[in-house]
Order: sequence, then C-alpha cells, then structure tokens
Amino acid sequence: MLHIVNKSPFQNDSFISCMAHAAESSTVLLIEDGVFAALKGSNVADHLSKAKVIALQSDVSARGIDANLAEGVELVDYAGFVDLVADNESVQSWV
Amino acid sequence: MPSMDVNGSAVEVDEEGYLSDINDWNRDIASALAETEEVELTDSHWEVIDFLREYYDEYQIAPAVRVLTKAIGKKLGKDKGNSKYLYELFPYGPAKQACKIGGLPKPTGCI
Amino acid sequence: MSEIKKFVYVNRKAPYGTVYALESLEVVLIGAAFDQDVRLIFMDDGVFQIKKDQNTEGSGLKNFSPTYNALGDYDVNKIYVEKESLEARGLTLDDLMDLTYEDEDDDWAEKSSISLVSADEIRDLMEDSDVVLSF
Repeated sequence: MLHIVNKSPFQNDSFISCMAHAAESSTVLLIEDGVFAALKGSNVADHLSKAKVIALQSDVSARGIDANLAEGVELVDYAGFVDLVADNESVQSWV
Repeated sequence: MPSMDVNGSAVEVDEEGYLSDINDWNRDIASALAETEEVELTDSHWEVIDFLREYYDEYQIAPAVRVLTKAIGKKLGKDKGNSKYLYELFPYGPAKQACKIGGLPKPTGCI
Repeated sequence: MSEIKKFVYVNRKAPYGTVYALESLEVVLIGAAFDQDVRLIFMDDGVFQIKKDQNTEGSGLKNFSPTYNALGDYDVNKIYVEKESLEARGLTLDDLMDLTYEDEDDDWAEKSSISLVSADEIRDLMEDSDVVLSF
C-alpha cells in the first residue's frame, strides 16, 4: 500500500498517525509540506524507521532541504511518483 | 488580455499596460512602452531601468520608490539618488513608470 | 507625523504549502512605507521561510526566498528566529539565509538582521508590541 502525506508533521498529526498505521511493507510518500517529515534530527524523525519513506525531489528542493534529509529517505521525481501510484494496489492520502 | 504591437508582433500586457511576462522584455519593447508613457529614453533613463532589472533579478521584486532612491544613490552617486532627479526622468513616478518600461510588475509597496 | 508604533509580524507557516508566507512578506514590504518600528518573528514552521538553498525550478512554483534579502533595504532589520522551533526541526542558524542590513549610522557596515531567541523572549516581544499581525 502507498500512503501519501502532504502536510507538515509540525502542523498536524497526519504524518505521525500515518506512520502509526502503516504496515512495515508499505511505502510512505512525502509531498508538498509533508517533505519536512524527512528532516534529520527533527523531533518526528524517529517515526521514519517504521516504513519505507520516499520524498518528492522537487518539493524537497523547493524547500531547500536536500542537505538536511535523514538517512534512508529515498527521492523520486514526478515519473517515479506516477510509478509508485501505478505499482501499488491501493493508495491512501493523509490529507 | 490586451496586447501592444512592437515591430509587427503582438506583446501581451495587463490592464494597466504592464508586460504580462517579464521574459518577453527587450529594448525594442522598452522603447514601445516608453512611448505609451510619453517618455523619451536617454542613457540616464536606461541606467535606472537596467538598475531596476538587476534589482528584480536579485530579489524577485521591484523596489518601492524610497528603496530605489536610496539604492540608486549608493550605486550611481548622490546626485542621482534623490527623488528630484528620478522624477525628472520619470514624471509619473520613477518606480511605477521605470518598472513598466523595464517590463517588471508594478512595485510591491507602490501606493 | 503620527506616533511610531511597534509592529510585530508573527510568521508560523512554511512557504509554498499555503499562501500565508508570501502574503505576510508582501504586507511587510507594503507596511515598510509607513516608517513604523517593525519586527519579524519566525517560529514553528515559519522558520522554513528563510531556509537557505530553496530551489523551485523543478516544481513550477515561484521562489520568493530571495525577496527576504531585500528586507534590509526596506529598513526591516529586526528579525527574530525561535530556537526551540529550529531544534524541533533539526535545524540550526547555519541552515538559514544570511539576512543582513547596512547600518546607516555606522558607515553602512553590513550587519546581521537575525537574532536567535527563546520562546520566552518571543513572548516578551509579543507583549511589548502595539500591533501583532499573525500569519
């Protein structure tokens, strides 16, 4: 299953709740302000280990945090985003 | 969208005559815009227009007239960094008119 | 001349995700024409507004972060960043843009506009202001 988070983890609990409910086998894609969840050393960074976490490259770069990402977070471009949606049987957006 | 004719090709402008796309700008368009403002462009005008474009390039805004005056004074000398000099070049407001001719949006803080 | 008031702008939202950051910046620039005592606070996700290295080329958004560098020209040079907010996000002052101004009273020496302050100091700044504009 693919989970998509587009809100800052510091503004509401979408990311934390998503990670609490995501199966280990699932993938969590961070887009828009959701990419802030991928920061290394933040007070939500511990949650990143609970599932595979991927962030959208262009949203990461727009916010200037390329060099601030936690280890293990992968990046995808828009084409990769489409592939993720196509390859997963279901998608849940944590708006 | 309104447009204006420059050397036979149409250039898109907004209701107030500002260029719709800053990337469309060139010196011919500047001259055409100056004509609509009834400003005859001299080297002194170009100096201010070029300065504004550089400022926009760096900060992504057109400066308010107070900021422009101070910055021009620093870059081009005190005799040019005052509103009298700038209003002589652009009688209807240096920031507003020079921005329009320079293809920039209306200055932020222009009131 | 009317009396000078202390304005404080409280910026708590990340750029791009919502329009608050850009709106606040425009209000600050417009308000700068009125010769008031202006302070800017960046706290919570607002600290991301002045994160360095923003590059929007791949996203089609307008990168308005360079405009924060113009604040010094507008005599907006009292910028306070909350320490707790940076720490919660794994950031330090080094992650932020170097916002500076030229001090007219000190032979135009270039000085930093940014002060790193605690939540307690932010509270005092809010208490000390005449007008609070929150974005």
